[in-house]
Amino acid sequence: MSIESNKQELTELIYQLADDDFIHAHRGSEWLGLAPHIEEDVAFSSINQDTMGHATMYYRILSELGEGKADDLSHLRKKEQFRNAIILEEKNGTGEYLDSPNYDWAFTVIRHLFYDVAKKIRLESLKQSSYEPLADAARKMLTEQYYHLLHWKIWFKQLMTSTEEARDRMETAIKRVWKDFGGVLTLGPHAEKMVSAGLIEDEAALRERFIDQIQELFNEVNYSIDNEPLMIRGDGRNGEHTEDLEHALKTLSEVYVSDPQATGW
Amino acid sequence: MLDHLTFDQLSEEQKYDHFMDRINRDEKIEADDWMPDDYRIALIRLISMHGISEIMGALPEKEWVPKAPTLHRKLAIMAKVQDEMGHGQLLLRVAEDLMKPLGKNRDNIMSDLFTKRLKFHNVFHMASPTWGDAAIIAWLVDGAAIMSQTMMLDTSYGPYGRALKRICQEESFHAKHGESLVLSLAEGTDRQKQMLQDALNRWWDALLMFFGPKSKQETGHTNVDKNIKYKLRTKTNEQLRQEFFTKYIPKIELIGLKVPDKTVRFDEESNTWHYQDPDWNEFKQIVSGNGPKSDDRIRLRQSSYENTEWVREALGHVKTAVV
Ligand SMILES: [Fe+2]
Ligand SMILES: [Fe+2]
Repeated sequence: MSIESNKQELTELIYQLADDDFIHAHRGSEWLGLAPHIEEDVAFSSINQDTMGHATMYYRILSELGEGKADDLSHLRKKEQFRNAIILEEKNGTGEYLDSPNYDWAFTVIRHLFYDVAKKIRLESLKQSSYEPLADAARKMLTEQYYHLLHWKIWFKQLMTSTEEARDRMETAIKRVWKDFGGVLTLGPHAEKMVSAGLIEDEAALRERFIDQIQELFNEVNYSIDNEPLMIRGDGRNGEHTEDLEHALKTLSEVYVSDPQATGW
Repeated sequence: MLDHLTFDQLSEEQKYDHFMDRINRDEKIEADDWMPDDYRIALIRLISMHGISEIMGALPEKEWVPKAPTLHRKLAIMAKVQDEMGHGQLLLRVAEDLMKPLGKNRDNIMSDLFTKRLKFHNVFHMASPTWGDAAIIAWLVDGAAIMSQTMMLDTSYGPYGRALKRICQEESFHAKHGESLVLSLAEGTDRQKQMLQDALNRWWDALLMFFGPKSKQETGHTNVDKNIKYKLRTKTNEQLRQEFFTKYIPKIELIGLKVPDKTVRFDEESNTWHYQDPDWNEFKQIVSGNGPKSDDRIRLRQSSYENTEWVREALGHVKTAVV
């Protein structure tokens, strides 16, 4: 692979990885102080910090590729320039993080579990990436990823096998996340070139691994689902997004854009 | 030292004397040791208030987690708020052990918070409307908290002392984080400087109040005397406030900020700072749960607690199923 001739697919891929982690960490951190119990609050926050740290690593790689300052990339781009999957930008529930948040823990557990399964598969593939900085970053992230995944697997199992109410809520959440989770599994319009440049394995292989691993988790709790994960609200890799992202980006950049003369914060 | 058998045969009064001897010899009391109810209740009040303050303290800062201006600041403030929740967890566990003989648990702590029976520090009832507030909180509120927590490191109750030791270690990072936030704004544009000064003006009275009233006169009652008798603490409110002035007033001025009290001055003769007292009636109102943000924050904590009731119920079910 040469950076010159593969620049577009390379940066497109890293934007996907960076934006997925960035918005996912943001949604997770909105739970800060509001998790089901204090111990979870502390554990969840570690995960969110790791994930935000991963996003930062990716933005720095982009920066080294000449895309601009990492803080500008994360705080100044427009909604249409973001490449994250739509399911990751969705709000945790109704209300705002400071004003009557009616957050759904079942939705959070499922979205995080599915994302961390997919992310681990993606990172394992990236370890062999032809772009060494990416392979290197993936190796660093994988150790942390192991614990994140374990965390959500435990939640999943516990809530799927406890009370009837918990099971109902979890099943509803699975169906809800499934409808859009295809957005995480796609590599978007530049997929073919990413694969032929050896940046990552092809979408179909990654997707198959994902389905297998989820199937296994479902089996353990006597659950099954017929269809494949869909992407009904559009392809975030293509810049298609919802109001939820617009709103989140406004919050995330509120201070950063508040003083255009500022050179440091 | 008396062995267990003989100790049990002592009268309540003798037990109390024995206990006070231990206190006076600076021995540490442990969770399973005999202690007078008075001591236990003083500890529960002190530690559950401290613990719940850490947790309520996460809320005004949480507001700034997503809004933190850069990736670096986002990560730093997330880590700090997480530490505060961790402090709350550590302290509530200490309080829970003390409450066990009284048949109470964490649910009681939470419901006491919701009904405003359990108070939390005045500073966490205040609004934090700008990023400047996040900076002032991390620098000065944490700075003030470090002083009162360091003072209690040597507390007579062993488990509390050990929790405080860990907390103080983490707090020193918070102070650095706070200082770094403040310096960036102080060295920044006029707008950034103004934002910082405005935040300091907003927080000054609350910071003075944080240490509590000088004596009973200001609010009618104080637990300081009892806490000193039991060696839960070693300094008075006013001593701590004076230390705070000595440490921070020069720093505040050095970075170009103005202390929003024209009367503040150091009197060489009496070796004390003179200052304008905050309104102690207002203090009383605030800590009783009638501060500017009290209801909002309690509601936020309560609604999130209720929203996740089903989760705790499910976990309870998992636990009993395993047993
Ligand atoms: Fe703390
Ligand atoms: Fe702190």
